[in-house]
Amino acid sequence: MTSAAITHPPDHTDWILPSRGRVGMYVLIAAESAIFLIFVVAYIFYIGKSEYGPMPKDVLDLPIFNTVCLLSSSLTIHLAIRALRDAKLGAFKLWWFVTLALGTIFLIGTGREWYRLIYEKGLTVNTNLFGTTYYSLVGLHAFHVTVGLTFIALAMILALLGKVQPEHSERADVFAMYWHFVDAVWVVVFTVVYVVGR
Amino acid sequence: MASDSIAIGAIDEPRQSASEWLHGWVTTVDHKRLGILYILYSLFFLVVAGIEATIIRIQLVVPHNHFVSPEVFNRMFTMHGTTMIFFVAMPILFGFGTYLIPLMIGARDMAFPRLNALSFWLMAFGGLLLYFSFVGGNGLYGAGNAPDVGWFAYAPLTSRAFSVGHSTDFWTLALLVSGIGSIGTAVNFISTILCMRCPGMTLGKMPLLAWLNLVMAGMVILAVSPLTAAQIMLCVDRYLGGHFFDTQAGGSAVLWMHFFWIFGHPEVYILVIPCFAFASEIIPVFSRKPIFGYPVMVGATVAIAFISMSVWAHHMFAVGMSSYGNSFFTITTMIVSVPTGIKIFNWIGTMWGGKIQFRAPMLFCIAFLFQFLIAGLTGIMLGASPFNWQLTGSYFVVAHFHYVIVGAILFTIFGAFYYWFPKMTGRMYHQGMARWHFWLFVIGFHLTFDFMHIPGLLGMPRRIYTYEPGRGWDIWNFIVTVGTFVQGVAILFFVAGLIWSMFKGEPAGDDPWDAWTLEWSTTSPPPYYNFAETPVVESRRPLWDIKHPEDPDWKYE
Amino acid sequence: MPRLLVLACCVFFLASVSFAGPAGSPDIPNIFRPASTPADSILGLSHLVLAITGIIFVVVFTLMAYVVVKFRRRGGDDGREPPQVYGSNQVELAWTVIPVLIVLVLFLATARVLLSIQDAPQPPGAIEVVAIGHQYWWEYRYPALGVVTANELHVPVSDPAHPTPTFLTLLSADTDHSFWVPQLAGKTDLIPNHPNHTWIDPHSTGLYVGQCAQYCGVQHAKMLLRVYVDSRADFDRWIQQEKASAVTANSSTDAVVQQGRSIFESTACINCHAVSGTVANGRFGPDLTHLMSRDTIAAGAASNTHDNLRAWIQNPDSIKPGSLMPAMNLTKSDLDAVTAYLETLR
Ligand code: HEA
Ligand code: HEA
Ligand code: HEC
Ligand code: CUA
Ligand SMILES: [Cu+2]
Repeated sequence: MTSAAITHPPDHTDWILPSRGRVGMYVLIAAESAIFLIFVVAYIFYIGKSEYGPMPKDVLDLPIFNTVCLLSSSLTIHLAIRALRDAKLGAFKLWWFVTLALGTIFLIGTGREWYRLIYEKGLTVNTNLFGTTYYSLVGLHAFHVTVGLTFIALAMILALLGKVQPEHSERADVFAMYWHFVDAVWVVVFTVVYVVGR
Repeated sequence: MASDSIAIGAIDEPRQSASEWLHGWVTTVDHKRLGILYILYSLFFLVVAGIEATIIRIQLVVPHNHFVSPEVFNRMFTMHGTTMIFFVAMPILFGFGTYLIPLMIGARDMAFPRLNALSFWLMAFGGLLLYFSFVGGNGLYGAGNAPDVGWFAYAPLTSRAFSVGHSTDFWTLALLVSGIGSIGTAVNFISTILCMRCPGMTLGKMPLLAWLNLVMAGMVILAVSPLTAAQIMLCVDRYLGGHFFDTQAGGSAVLWMHFFWIFGHPEVYILVIPCFAFASEIIPVFSRKPIFGYPVMVGATVAIAFISMSVWAHHMFAVGMSSYGNSFFTITTMIVSVPTGIKIFNWIGTMWGGKIQFRAPMLFCIAFLFQFLIAGLTGIMLGASPFNWQLTGSYFVVAHFHYVIVGAILFTIFGAFYYWFPKMTGRMYHQGMARWHFWLFVIGFHLTFDFMHIPGLLGMPRRIYTYEPGRGWDIWNFIVTVGTFVQGVAILFFVAGLIWSMFKGEPAGDDPWDAWTLEWSTTSPPPYYNFAETPVVESRRPLWDIKHPEDPDWKYE
Repeated sequence: MPRLLVLACCVFFLASVSFAGPAGSPDIPNIFRPASTPADSILGLSHLVLAITGIIFVVVFTLMAYVVVKFRRRGGDDGREPPQVYGSNQVELAWTVIPVLIVLVLFLATARVLLSIQDAPQPPGAIEVVAIGHQYWWEYRYPALGVVTANELHVPVSDPAHPTPTFLTLLSADTDHSFWVPQLAGKTDLIPNHPNHTWIDPHSTGLYVGQCAQYCGVQHAKMLLRVYVDSRADFDRWIQQEKASAVTANSSTDAVVQQGRSIFESTACINCHAVSGTVANGRFGPDLTHLMSRDTIAAGAASNTHDNLRAWIQNPDSIKPGSLMPAMNLTKSDLDAVTAYLETLR
């Protein structure tokens, strides 16, 4: 094995590289951001270009409660992981569950909004450009929330089975990055769809 | 050792039943096996898409030819383009990256081996999906039909109104799936290169191949994601009746063009940068000198990546942008030539004062230098927007990009292939076959793509299934078709030589080229774990340091 | 000898490109034979670009060839490694700055031509034409002159003294197309609900050919362009004749023609075709009012002869497979009648 011979004066005892979990997640988030960026651009490009109604201002009203729920879930997941890191498993389960609950409330909220739009306002994907862009953008985000919630739910089950231990806090933290990202995206979506777009 | 050897037909291949062998390959998460799978998969599709190209050329050999119907012709160039870009060029480059990066940075595998396997199989599935359209394209009614919307599938041709049946759905789904695979690969590349380097290998000491693949992966992240987004929108349009690109309902056809080319232009650099990487590994070894201006090479690559993010609309000079828009994309397009030129000059600087050995890999790289020069210059012509109004959508464009894609990319890929073949299989390639392959391919290439420029200048548009006689195009098209067959024969030599060498080639040894990067420090083929002992490096050319203890590189870097 | 062969090929490539210039008779759509200001100034620019890139090519090519020859490993080489050189900042600087300057020159020259063509003001004497791309034919409307025709564009010659250029507004009825008559101007795409503009001012009369340059579907290949540049007098005469309604002008008493007309007007023809002065007012297909004034049918796919016309009506796919006109499968006698009728539309 020549590779052995390479061992030159080994002054690399302190050779540390970034954690691949984090790097991988950062890169994934970059890719996701690019995808969302394109959808946001499309949404903004088509604001006011619909040829017939309903228009945003007629049918949309601010989902304040939803927003609060989703954003606060960022905080709770943070607390959950802090608890896990210093081995407070009870607190962890609690906060983790609250996160799950808040996320679910957000999804239900979106569901009800869509129900209203479809059955009362008659706005669907193929009604007009607003419908198309609105459902795609909000839907894409909702999809990401769903994926996140699935993972949170799985972790919750494992936690209840006592399978989640402090040594997993690193992984949980990497996942939390994703969850924070999803929340951040919501801030953008909210501004574009409900503030600018109206 | 034997039980670890991974290459097909390598020396002391362990006896195992066919099913075991197959199972081993299908379920593998080993980066070397996945790399080889990528490469073989791409070579298969190279032949398929090449045959499609041959059909195109036979149809165009004389005016008013009736070899295939217009419908078939349109499917042929769509499938040819889509396949070549997404299922030949990208996977083969990913394949080399997957195989080489861990070996070159002294790691035992990729950062995420399972994700690695997933990415490959997604890509493979995408290819199958695309070709299944030949069977299922028309859905329930009648025989299949392949997509016929062109490889950039401009709206509104892709809307339900103009593209009935399911062929376009197969196109968009195939690209969606393989695109997700590509993003996975990019995540893997970046994490591997940033987090798995062996002790001592600072970013400044990485082999250029690792550096350039890092940049390429970054571009995949930023460029393929928009394509994925655009494909999702197209699916919304086609399945849910959305209006993103539905011009009847106020949707914009130009928006699709922007979205596609925001991906499409970086894509072409995604394809060429790994080839720059091959050249940057091969040229030094066969000139017996270190790469000239390593930091500048890295800087230039990063510059190319940045600039190429802002040039996409040079594919759209004729769609009626404002004169300011056109000017902006003209200058950005032309600026790219500066960092690209720097790279070319640094390769020349590397050969300068060296002792150049004309082994097969080097031959391909030298041809690459000459051909890329020309291809780049025709690119500059296309970049001059008013000139572009004459050239765009004509065979001049087709000639330009084949000059890059075949003359630069395919050539360096073949070079890389011969260069690392001994490492992958433990056997030397067949020298004679390799030379035949090279010379026939050079001749075929120039016959085909040099003369392809001319009908473009004489007003011949691309994507036409036949043309009027007496416009001065006939003779050129004839020559081009002849060249295609020469290329075909050359590729037959390539495939034949490949298969022969795989089983009959003489043992290559660990380091046949007396090279300097880590992959040559382990056995050929490398064991499952790559390195018995994690290497520690002091410089960009660790093996040089070992071979020349009297003046190791780390004294100068 | 790699370099020699590559050299040969490249030289040949350049030679043939430069040869492509003078080559070809006028009816070859050769971009090196401009007959209109936009094409002219583009040619001027292209000469500059070709010259600069040509010089770069020669210099860099020679350099490469020199290196490859000079520094090849010679026979009887003492296996020692050559001196290891790692780089040089001065050199790097040199080959960064020079290209930057070249690019600057290229860009300025390009921008000048770009603006001169794209932002050219429309003079009062200009003819206005609306060109509408259809799968797979061209519709031309002269709003100011009240003329609608198809596939063959007529414009007046424009002498530099008092120019009468033609300004086109480009629309599309379905997919993307591109208007390209190489000798008159570069391409401009026709894109649905994205109106575009271009202009031409032909210096000399004659026929200039081109074809659709943006893939638009099955018959993209046979969506040919024919621009007839007439002397002012001929152009005015043509306009007058196009304005007149063919049928009333020479409504023949010939029984066959009358029968043909009634068949034409009682079958689906009129859903897609217009003949002014009759009930036929379809817009999906070309306007047939003055069909016989055209040299070709089906967007230049076939010359406008009796047989071709008949063959076309019987089965368009026999001339242009995949065109959007269905075969109307008329009986032989009906076919002759309809053809006869159409042949009175001059
Ligand atoms: C795959 C790799 C690849 C690469 C590397 C390039 C490189 C370049 N390409 Fe190309 N291109 C394609 C693939 C590629 N292209 C494809 C696939 C298409 C068509 C897609 C389709 O329509 O189907 C296309 C189309 C295309 C167009 C659009 C044509 C049209 O449809 O209208 C344009 C226009 O500007 C263009 C320009 C350029 C330029 C300026 C470069 C530059 O990067 C070149 C830079 C290199 C040099 C200039 C040579 C070396 C430099 C020097 C020696 C220094 C000195 C030189 C100067 C100062 C000028 N390309
Ligand atoms: C990686 C990219 C790649 C590669 C390698 C190639 C390779 C080739 N391409 Fe490619 N081509 C594209 C990417 C590529 N192309 C793209 C993106 C388009 C645009 C599509 C669009 O407009 O939508 C295009 C379009 C395109 C056209 C224009 C079609 C049109 O506009 O109407 C033509 C026409 O000549 C052509 C020809 C060729 C030829 C002759 C080769 C040759 O190099 C192929 C050589 C390979 C073989 C010949 C096959 C292998 C050999 C055998 C199987 C042995 C048996 C065969 C014989 C003996 C002949 N290509
Ligand atoms: C469904 C619509 C449709 C019907 C019905 C139809 N046509 Fe057409 N016709 C077209 C279209 C579209 C074209 C242009 C085809 C092309 O050039 O690609 C065309 C072209 C023509 C042309 C050539 C015009 C030119 O200047 O190129 C003639 C002549 C013609 N049709 C005659 C007829 C006659 C006669 C009938 C009835 C017997 C008929 N058409 C019925 C759609 C139709
Ligand atoms: Cu119209 Cu191509
Ligand atoms: Cu480009």
